Amino acid sequence: MPKITFIEHDGTERTVEGQVGLSVMRAAIDNLVPGIDADCGGECSCATCHVYVDPAWMAKVGQPGEREESMLDLNPERESNSRLSCQIPVTEELDGLVVTVPEFQM
Amino acid sequence: MSEAANTQPEFQIQTEYVADPYSLPLEEVNPAQGVLFQNDAHWPYFERLRKEDPVHFTAESEFGPYWSVTRYEDIKYVDMNHQIFSSEGGITLADQDEDFQLPMFIAMDPPKHDEQRKVVAPVAGPRNLAALEPQIRERVCNILDSLPRNEDFNWVKHLSIELTTQMLATLFDFPFEDRYKLTRWSDVATAPPGTGLVDSEEQRRAELLECLEYFTGLWHERAKRDEPGNDLVSMLAHGESTRDMLSRPMEYLGNLILLIVGGNDTTRNSLTGGVLALNQFPDEYEKLRQHPELIPNMVAEIIRWQTPLAHMRRRALVDTELGGKTIKAGDKVCMWYVSGNRDEEVFENADRLVIDRKNARQHVSFGFGIHRCMGNRVGEMQLRIVWEELLKRFDKVEVVGEPKRVYSAFVKGYAELPVRLIER
Repeated sequence: MPKITFIEHDGTERTVEGQVGLSVMRAAIDNLVPGIDADCGGECSCATCHVYVDPAWMAKVGQPGEREESMLDLNPERESNSRLSCQIPVTEELDGLVVTVPEFQM
Repeated sequence: MSEAANTQPEFQIQTEYVADPYSLPLEEVNPAQGVLFQNDAHWPYFERLRKEDPVHFTAESEFGPYWSVTRYEDIKYVDMNHQIFSSEGGITLADQDEDFQLPMFIAMDPPKHDEQRKVVAPVAGPRNLAALEPQIRERVCNILDSLPRNEDFNWVKHLSIELTTQMLATLFDFPFEDRYKLTRWSDVATAPPGTGLVDSEEQRRAELLECLEYFTGLWHERAKRDEPGNDLVSMLAHGESTRDMLSRPMEYLGNLILLIVGGNDTTRNSLTGGVLALNQFPDEYEKLRQHPELIPNMVAEIIRWQTPLAHMRRRALVDTELGGKTIKAGDKVCMWYVSGNRDEEVFENADRLVIDRKNARQHVSFGFGIHRCMGNRVGEMQLRIVWEELLKRFDKVEVVGEPKRVYSAFVKGYAELPVRLIER
C-alpha cells in the first residue's frame, strides 16, 4: 500500500499506509494523524482537512478542482501548494507522498 | 441576520399551536412557527417530516410558501450547491423589507461574497484567536469569579450574554464601557416587533441607524491610522474590496449586523444549551468530571445538540429535483439544521447529548460549503475555555427551573435559564 508522510506543525513526522481509491484525508483519519478535522466527512465542503503538499509532489498530486478552489480560496492561510486532502485520491503513483499539516484548520 | 428588517406589518404573534403534528394532514405541516420553538414543540414536526416527507412543501406560512429540507444528506447537498441554491438577498425564511434592505456577504453569491468575506475572515481565524486566547481566558475567569454564590440566578444574563458581549467588543475593538450596546443591537436586529424587545418596526430601524452612526465614527477613527489594527472595523476600512463600503452605508450596517448577530446569539445560546443538556443527561456530566479531556469533542456535541440557528434559507435559481420533488426556480428552500442534527441515519440516539460521540464534529450547525460559518473557531474557543474554567471551580452548574425559550424559528435560543452553582 502507498505510504504517505504527514509532517505536523511541530515537525513530528508520521508515515502511514494509504488505501488506493480512498483519500489522503481518510488515511490521516484512519491512522489518527492529528491536525486533520474533516468535519464534512470528505465532501469538499468544510475545508478542515487542509494540507500543504511538498512542492516536489505538486506535479503528481495536481491542482485543485473548481469546487475545491472555491473552498480553499476563502482560507487566509492558503498557499500555492494548498490542497484539501479529501480531494486527493491515494494512488500507487503517490507512494512516498509528503504533506505538511497546517498549525490550524479553519 | 437578514431577519434584521423583515417582519411584515400584519404579522401577529401566535400563541396557539398544534402539539401533535401527526394530527394534521401532511400538507398542513408547517414547522416555521416561532411559537413551536418557544415551547420546544418543534421536534415531532421534524421527526414526522424526516420520516414521511423529507423534502416538504408548505403552501401557506407567515413567510409565504417554502420548502423544508429536513434530512442531513439533503441539507448538505443544498448547502454545497450554491450555484443552484442562491443566498442572494436573504438567508432566513423572512424576507427583508424592500425599503430597508441590509446587504451583507452571507446573503450574497460569489464573487462578491468571496471578496467581502475574505477581508474579515482573518479576525476569526485560528491564528488571530490563538493570540487572543489569554485575554479571553482572563475575561472568562473574571466573569466566573463574579457570578452570584449560594443563590439562584439567570445563566443567560450573567454568563452567556456577558461573555459573548465581551468577546464581540474584543473582536471589534469596541469601547469596552459601551459594550452593552452591541448586545442591544444584536437583539433588536433579530426580534420581531411586539415580542417584548422592540415595539415597532420604526423603533427597530431607528436603533439600527444609531448602530450605523456609532460604527461610522469608529470607521473614520480606524481608517485614519496608518497601521491597520487587527479588529473587524479596521479590516473593513482598510480591506481592498471593502474600503469604499462607507459610501454604501446600508451595506456597512448589514455586515456589522451580520458579524454582531453571528458572534452573539449563536455562542450565547450554545453556552446556555450546554448547561441545560448536561443537566438533562447527568451521566454525561459525570463523564465530563471524570474526563475533562473530552471538552473539545463535547463542545462540538453541544453545538450539534443545541443547533443555535435552526435554519438557513436559499432560493432556487433553476428548476431542480430534490428527494423526488421538483423545486421551481424562485422557490424558497429552507435547510432545517435543527432537524439534520437529529437525523438518526447519521447520529445514533440523536436526541441525547453524548460528549464522546465519535462523529460529533460532523454536525451541520455551521453549514457546509462556501457559506460555512466564519466564526466557528471563535464559538468553539469560548465554549472550550468556559467549560475548562467551570470544571476547575464548580462541581455543578445546577439547573433549578424551566428555561424560557425565544420566540423564533431562526435563532434557537434562551431568554432565561435559572441555575445555582454547586461548589466543589
